[in-house]
Amino acid sequence: MSSTTASAAAPPADPQATGAAATGKPVSPLRARRRRQFAQWGFIAPAVIFMALFFGYPLVRNIVMSFQDYSPSTFFTGEAPFNGTDNWSNVFGDGLFGKALWQTILFTVGSLVGQFCIGLALAVFFTRRFPLNGILRSLILLPWLVPMVVSGIVWRRIFDQDTGVLNSFLGTLGLPGDTPWLTSTSMALISVILVNIWIGIPFNMVILYGGLQEVPKELGEAASLDGASAWRTFRSVTLPMLKPVITVVLVLGFMSTVKILDLVLALTDGGPADSTQTLGTLTYQNSFVQMDFGAGAVVGNILILISAVFAVFYLRVNRNEGK
Amino acid sequence: MTEPSPDGQVRRRRTRRILLPLTVVSTVVAGTVLSGCGQQRDEDVYTVMNSSTDESYHRWDGDTLERCSKQLGITIEQQSVPAAQLMTKALRMASSKSLPDVLQLDASEMPTFAEAGGLIPLKDLGLTTTDIPEGIVDFGSFDGTYYGAARTVNTLALFYNKDTLDKAGLKVPTTWEEMRSTARKLTQGKRYGLALSAGGAEDGVFQFTPFMWSNGGDETKLDSPEVAGALDYWKSLLKDGSLSKSTVNWTQADVNDQFMAGNAAMMINGPWQVETLNSKKGLDWGIAQIPVPKAGDDSVGPLGGGVLTVPNTGDGERERTAAKIVGCMAGEQEQITYALNSWMVPANAKAAAVWRTKAPELAALAGQVSTARSRTAKVGAQWSSVSLALQSAFQSALTGESSEAALKRAQQQVTSGN
Repeated sequence: MSSTTASAAAPPADPQATGAAATGKPVSPLRARRRRQFAQWGFIAPAVIFMALFFGYPLVRNIVMSFQDYSPSTFFTGEAPFNGTDNWSNVFGDGLFGKALWQTILFTVGSLVGQFCIGLALAVFFTRRFPLNGILRSLILLPWLVPMVVSGIVWRRIFDQDTGVLNSFLGTLGLPGDTPWLTSTSMALISVILVNIWIGIPFNMVILYGGLQEVPKELGEAASLDGASAWRTFRSVTLPMLKPVITVVLVLGFMSTVKILDLVLALTDGGPADSTQTLGTLTYQNSFVQMDFGAGAVVGNILILISAVFAVFYLRVNRNEGK
Repeated sequence: MTEPSPDGQVRRRRTRRILLPLTVVSTVVAGTVLSGCGQQRDEDVYTVMNSSTDESYHRWDGDTLERCSKQLGITIEQQSVPAAQLMTKALRMASSKSLPDVLQLDASEMPTFAEAGGLIPLKDLGLTTTDIPEGIVDFGSFDGTYYGAARTVNTLALFYNKDTLDKAGLKVPTTWEEMRSTARKLTQGKRYGLALSAGGAEDGVFQFTPFMWSNGGDETKLDSPEVAGALDYWKSLLKDGSLSKSTVNWTQADVNDQFMAGNAAMMINGPWQVETLNSKKGLDWGIAQIPVPKAGDDSVGPLGGGVLTVPNTGDGERERTAAKIVGCMAGEQEQITYALNSWMVPANAKAAAVWRTKAPELAALAGQVSTARSRTAKVGAQWSSVSLALQSAFQSALTGESSEAALKRAQQQVTSGN
């Protein structure tokens, strides 16, 4: 810290600017600046170290791992020979990858559309004043409080084809009471999406409700004075005002939906016949069932890439909002 | 320092005051992260890692270890982690050189660990296979080397509701044809004739093996007519309506729930359910061998359960002591105690003979075990790929595809995966 770097060559210190050091040695402006910079870096250091250790390192490791033959014996020998793009071509060559990718897209889009539309409708509904508004609003938060795995297990029972509550309810209404919710390859993905919509509604509702509170009431009043219908007011005044909030909800929703794993494992284990496999379950299966960590890393990287694209998109939108 | 210091001095001291804690915090964080990797092993304490996270299993194992500690004059500690995490946890411990002295692995996972060079052959450490039936030696072996000592083994059997069968005047089925007609007759209202698990995980594959093997099929050739025949048999049960359509979504625990709730008259399940079954008063159940394709065929079930292994820790002295712990835990008397507690069958033939007199109601199980096979004996560490391909195949077939097409794809999947 107190080495004699460059200070000898530096012009004599101006005691007025930097103050005299206790040792009596004059302090050069250069050294003062250095010290200031050092302090600045000191403040940044914890964040940088944290990011590097817990985000940077795993990320780089994961990318490297996807080019390695990383098997259980690696844990003993520490050797994971590079195998070029073998893992990548194996993953892309496996028909399951395309299937899982397509199902991940369906799952994400389906979940987001459902969550958002119902969440927005509820948020608008709760901006009105009526008795029990607060209580009802907090009850709707319930699915959010239940751990994902618990929701999965409960819904698996509800969806049971013979003994499930849902089918017996439909039966008593005179509707077909033998819907194969989780047991048909064409229905299972839809059922998983339905559960995820149920789980995601509270988040969407809360954030959008908060956003609606920020929209000035006067704007709506002015619009209705100008003769705009309720729908027109909503479309041309409320929605544009809500845009930043909508972006946040959709992007955050996207990032938590695209990586879905726990819900699918609890509901269907990816079945029946892989009809609910997503990129998340595929990563899990490759790494922790087959113990092929290289292949798992490939799918993991693709997931990270997809999320990163949306994160950048989100940051850009946010930056534009700030201007 | 006591003098009022000029401006620059204050600033510098302040900077230092902040910088110091920052450096300390960063160092501590980095230090903790790095030192987490290299745990030090305690000289006098030996550790046994298992998946006995259930209270009763943890207690039974604790009692066993206490007796073994006394016998060997050492301290033994039990570490239990959930079964699903045991393998990855052990692998991580391997890379940080902190493996336990004794590791209890599920027998289907043992080959993966052995293939990686993580286990010491038990014979090198002085443990023999005297009195252990060949099937169970295979069960604990990989590539012809004996790595895992089983204390007890389990398998699958046919459980049936005695009252329901008596009321219908039906006998316990012994062949596929009998099981099919019995199940059809017992299917009434909300009750199905039979329940089994065809779920998309190891549970479903475990349940498929007795049908595949008894029919002469084999995991090395999934597209053989024998395997397709077994799958077609499952399909016929489903088509008859004797199996619930939810079968593809059920785990073995779900199957047990259905049986206990009276929604199934018979089920394929394992002895680990007995404790739960006995908790329901008024349920009079019986147990029999899984029916075979034709009268006179052998009923070949899958062997299940854990094996005790000695991981390669590089410390020969400790490994020899660890083998003594394994020897004690898998000793005849300990096997009988554990088997009676957990409703499983002792691995050792002599112990099994004693056990048979003490648990006569499970005699059918002992018969099933004597012909049972290990899942990994033929394909070794490749079992996990075979299992995944097979799950996908029988689920496809049960939801509409033809058995042949589904199994052909499964075989291609296994072949191309390597």
